[in-house]
Amino acid sequence: MPAKVITITSGKGGVGKTTAVANLAVALASQGHKVVCIDGDIGLRNLDVILGLENRIVYDIVDVVEGRCRLKQAMIRDKKLPELYLIPAAQTRDKNAVSPSDMSRLIKELRPDYDFVLIDSPAGIERGFRNAIAAADRVVVVTNPEISAVRDADRVIGILEAEEKGPAALILNRLNPTLVKNGDMLSPDDVLDLLAIELIGIVPEDENVIISSNRGAPVAFDQKSRAGQAFRNIARRLNGETVPFMSLDHQGGFWDRIQRLAGRK
Amino acid sequence: MGFLERLFGKKKSAGDAKERLQLVLIHDRTDLTPAELDSLKDDLIATISRHVEVDAQAVQIGMEHDGRSQRLIADIPIKSSPRRRARKTSS
Repeated sequence: MPAKVITITSGKGGVGKTTAVANLAVALASQGHKVVCIDGDIGLRNLDVILGLENRIVYDIVDVVEGRCRLKQAMIRDKKLPELYLIPAAQTRDKNAVSPSDMSRLIKELRPDYDFVLIDSPAGIERGFRNAIAAADRVVVVTNPEISAVRDADRVIGILEAEEKGPAALILNRLNPTLVKNGDMLSPDDVLDLLAIELIGIVPEDENVIISSNRGAPVAFDQKSRAGQAFRNIARRLNGETVPFMSLDHQGGFWDRIQRLAGRK
Repeated sequence: MGFLERLFGKKKSAGDAKERLQLVLIHDRTDLTPAELDSLKDDLIATISRHVEVDAQAVQIGMEHDGRSQRLIADIPIKSSPRRRARKTSS
């Protein structure tokens, strides 16, 4: 079966697009799929460091587009997962070095040999974003439960609709259940009410995300991490499986345990 | 502000965020500024007034959203006609 091409985008920067791509790629590859992820952020590449593959880069996507190497030569195999590959962005060029039709051609070459192609879109709604969505079968929008991130997500969803790339699916990243419980953070219901698109996953705020990015081993490898579990669930949903949403209740807190013991939860 | 809110300080901030986003998204999605909406309201009043007398002061115009689509809602009270008023006073 030809690959499913999924673009991860957001409008606003810093909401966790690259983290999402790295984790979904790791989760899908761990679940036995052949995965290629493409860093679409030319000039500001980061997917390589999040995956811990920065020392292995020889060629990048611009080298492929400009004919300096074959596609296979620019594909870096992951250290742990032999069915996971990265095509890195160029660091010293700008977004105009690649066009939407270059992207489509490249993806067409990848489709027959892999199960999933994940594209990490840059922030914004300009050329890099257009490149990233050009060949997508499905677009996933990442947002945070914050006013500016939700506003930008809405803008991107509107553009995707106009470009007939929709309906997009939503990942609500970095949700803090305690703040939501206290009424100081937009809840998943609030965000869905505002954006009115399908929710594909909620990722709780988790310090393990930072720790794992320091080490270059995405949190989806960590079986104990809540965020890792959330990303593994999203990966299954992308593969068409039905996975129940995990409970957002804070686990393990002192008061929580007392309440549990008292049978109040 | 309700009793509980007064007791515990200010209103919860998530509610503020949602309300503000609702307004911002309507304007973002329709590309209509509040000023443009006002001018639309004036045009509507002028057009409808050619056919029937309306209470221009009481006209309300706003946006509502239904999923991802927007709806323009206008509430335009019509002044009762002199004929009907005349009948009312005569009865």
